[in-house]
Amino acid sequence: MPKSFRSHLRITLGPYRLGLRLLRRELVAGELRVMAAALVIAVGALTAVGFSTDRVAQAMRLGAAELLAADLLLASSNPIDPQWTRQAHRHGLATAHTLSFRSMLAHGDRFQLAEVKAVSEGYPLRGRLEVAKTPFGAAHPTRAIPSPGTVWLEGRLLSALGLRVGQTVHLGAAQFTVTEVLALEPDRGGELFHIAPRVLMHIADVAPTQLVQPASRVTHRLLLAGEAAAIAGFRKQLATALQPGERLQGTDQASPQLRSALSRASQYLGLASITSVLIAGVAVALAARRYATRHADSVALLRSLGASSRWVAQVFALQVLVLGLLAGLAGCALGRAGEAILSNLFAGLVIGDLPPPSWKPIGIGLAAGMGTLLSFALPPLLKLRTISPVQVLNRNVGYFPAPMRASYAGAILLLAALGYQLGLEPRLASSVLAGAVATLILLAISARLLVKGLTGLRSRVGVAWRFGLANVARRPQESVLQIVALGIGMLVLLVLTFIRTDLLSSWQAQFPPEAPNFFLLDVQPHQVGAVQRHLAQYGLSPPALYPMVRGRLRQINGQPVAATHYSDPRARRLATRDFNLSWSEQLPAGNQVVQGQWWAASERPVPAFSVEQGLAETLAMRVGDKLIFDVAGQPIEGRVESLRSVAWDSFQANFFVMLPPGVLDSFPATYLTSLHLPASQRQVLGGLVQAFPGITVLDVDALLEKARSIVEQAIRAVQYVFLFTLVAGLGVLYAAVQATLDERKVEAAILRALGASRNRVMLGVLSEFVILGLLAGLVATLGATVLSKWLASAVFDLDLHLDPWLGILGILGGAASAGLAGLVGTRSVLAMPPNASLRAT
Amino acid sequence: MVEARGVEKRVPSPEGDLTILSAVELAIFAGETVAVIGASGSGKSTLLGLLAGLDLPTKGIVRLDGHDLTAIDEDGRAALRGQLVGFVFQSFQLLPSLTAIENVMLPLELAGNAQPKRRAEAILERVGLQHRRRHYPRQLSGGEQQRVAIARAFATQPKVLFADEPTGNLDQQTGGAIAELLFELNRERGTTLVLVTHDPCLADPCNRVVRLDNGRLTS
Repeated sequence: MPKSFRSHLRITLGPYRLGLRLLRRELVAGELRVMAAALVIAVGALTAVGFSTDRVAQAMRLGAAELLAADLLLASSNPIDPQWTRQAHRHGLATAHTLSFRSMLAHGDRFQLAEVKAVSEGYPLRGRLEVAKTPFGAAHPTRAIPSPGTVWLEGRLLSALGLRVGQTVHLGAAQFTVTEVLALEPDRGGELFHIAPRVLMHIADVAPTQLVQPASRVTHRLLLAGEAAAIAGFRKQLATALQPGERLQGTDQASPQLRSALSRASQYLGLASITSVLIAGVAVALAARRYATRHADSVALLRSLGASSRWVAQVFALQVLVLGLLAGLAGCALGRAGEAILSNLFAGLVIGDLPPPSWKPIGIGLAAGMGTLLSFALPPLLKLRTISPVQVLNRNVGYFPAPMRASYAGAILLLAALGYQLGLEPRLASSVLAGAVATLILLAISARLLVKGLTGLRSRVGVAWRFGLANVARRPQESVLQIVALGIGMLVLLVLTFIRTDLLSSWQAQFPPEAPNFFLLDVQPHQVGAVQRHLAQYGLSPPALYPMVRGRLRQINGQPVAATHYSDPRARRLATRDFNLSWSEQLPAGNQVVQGQWWAASERPVPAFSVEQGLAETLAMRVGDKLIFDVAGQPIEGRVESLRSVAWDSFQANFFVMLPPGVLDSFPATYLTSLHLPASQRQVLGGLVQAFPGITVLDVDALLEKARSIVEQAIRAVQYVFLFTLVAGLGVLYAAVQATLDERKVEAAILRALGASRNRVMLGVLSEFVILGLLAGLVATLGATVLSKWLASAVFDLDLHLDPWLGILGILGGAASAGLAGLVGTRSVLAMPPNASLRAT
Repeated sequence: MVEARGVEKRVPSPEGDLTILSAVELAIFAGETVAVIGASGSGKSTLLGLLAGLDLPTKGIVRLDGHDLTAIDEDGRAALRGQLVGFVFQSFQLLPSLTAIENVMLPLELAGNAQPKRRAEAILERVGLQHRRRHYPRQLSGGEQQRVAIARAFATQPKVLFADEPTGNLDQQTGGAIAELLFELNRERGTTLVLVTHDPCLADPCNRVVRLDNGRLTS
């Protein structure tokens, strides 16, 4: 190697070697402790949330897949081309077939219409069947399907036919033994109110029944499951080759009950983790300023020894990069450990093994850690380049660390990128950013005014407090900076606390222990009183029953409604199905008119419609549109008077379309109700079905349990992530205290040299930090109140009830924790003999 | 080797500009040892900073080994310092997170020296601190720290050595030993030495003594 090149290489590598050496030593000496800890916390929070939301998303996909019993299904009125099955296997996908049709089931002289589903081995590919030995008895999951020659019947079918497990039934030309009561089939959910009771049989038994002929109305389904990428690829292929009568269904539409709770949870988690990055960023910025100030002399020396400004920049940039990488990796490890806890919390959510967590959260965590350092720590460190070497001779030349505002642009960019990555609603992300900026400005202005205002108090307080007040006022820049840093930390913590409390209670209120877990359908008008009495004799309070008439939407504003007019698959389905029309004088509980007006009680019966807003959107209906419904062959014509929002996650009886009372009186109606039955009283249903054979009982207990467990898990996740934010907040406090530690050491030493007792010095430090904490807490509480009110109504759809005690707690908590952090942070000052402090300067 | 022509230094102060140095004319020749003496606040350290290129004069020209320091930027001056200059400071100015040997290696590494460790070990041995080479500054006495600083100053074999009150923070006995070491090394290597002091014991052995009085050279 030529000598000049080697020399060049050494010069080039010099700053990196020194940078690494300094980094290693300073990590060991604890110089970078605050910066590193803040980063680890931020990255840990982000990755834990990243991992867990990844899992939640997977759980949601799986939950949706359970509703299909597959990841993807191809349904057709004709037999499915066997080539699709072969190709699916080539794509590495698991397959199963089902065949459904309606038929009469006979037992002795009793007959009952049933919905038959014949299934192949492997069904269901997602989710599990649950069976019991008696109707409405205790159920357990099974991986089996009915073996040939046997059938599993839904409980109400056994009740209606007077059957017991072990007896035989006739289906077409064949006879079957009933071996199980079918308690739950995963893919039943979407069609809860629309199908006759279920018979499950083996697909090989269809031929002996002789029920399926070439022209029979049957639905063939090919169920597919496998890796997400393979499914997506196969779906594309299938979509381009669909024949008439064939349709594809994916897991895109998850159950709406769970979606709203989970989307709010993930928004909150995203917000909380971004917040911890922001708070940690403030801690990093404070720590970096201190680090830069402490290194000003060293840099001046390096400059005097001939180091160029670029060389100095390289030394510190390398430190930032390596520190970012190390802290990022440690944060990822922390996040991964946190995720292990979270995934335990989410364990009940999914059946079977989840695929290993993806690498994406690690990537985001590392990038965010680096981004936090680059935007918050690099500006003060790079300012070291500008230090004059003459400082080695004359320290009065001084070094002024970069102002905090140098970090703002990078911080805003970083937070925006994170918000985008975490899938935060743009409105939420931008409002948090705008709120943060506005709060910073507000905090700075109020902090300045408060600091100024304090000066007048000095003559009226004792020595220790005077010293504290004097310190606050003497370092107005630092005091304002500390109040702003503390305040922003407290503000976001308070916002998260305010919203969290209401978010959690609104979730818990959604699924109270007495939420309805059974629906009774097809109750005839003359049975309404008898059903209520029947339930009352078991000590159950008589439920309210809602009337229901089936009707099909025929025209909107004179245009016939046909599936071919819509491209949206949901709209196409809705266009061809019957709606359950109901009527009520009052707006049902859980409903809210979002447009138009609910009818007044006194009006005479005029046909008018109130439509659920989602349905109106899908079928492009507006207030004022003229609709014609076909009810039992008669047109019912009227205008849309209102659009309603409906709490679908309430598990109450809800209707897409409602009318005023009286309009549908002449049509045959059935009644519907929902009720809560504790597990110990499930046998009530057996008696009910025997007493009223025509009544359909729907068991949503399993679905409700699932929804409840998801929400509980989301609650635990929120509380867990909140802890990260809290720790990040404490990190800011600590960093803020550390920022002025060196100066404090000298002050304390001088005071003690002058004869002040240790306690008096301690009281002085305490009073200063309590004052700072009070000021920061006051400003933060005001800001948090405004911001939470806005966020709750605009983003989380909550009616926020602010607890004034939380505000007071915020102010006092700010003062107490700042005081405590001050004492802990400065304990080394108090412990050091004054001589040592003075000599060290 | 070092030349100041019409040098003036003013700094802003709340009461208007404060003149620290004015009309300084000074020429120091290669191999010469010059002591700058004067009372506290007379501008000695400021002059040293200007001669070494650590700072720029408000007026006038400073030349170091023929280079006009006022005509080049800070990074250019830094490069020149790396090649030509060594420093010894009153407060030692060792990097606290580096060991003794690492502190001595620092200017060698900055200059791209091929064997910084060997050179640093040799010079540490010369100042009698080979056995303390792995110690951090906080583990060394004041005298030992200043010996490390001297080793560092001579490590790159600079043409000019600037020393700012090198014994100011030491007791008389240690200070005497340090001064002896400084002059010894200076003789061995034929370095030009410019030192600022108000200690006559340190000024006496120098070839020439110049006095600063209220920012003006008087002798």
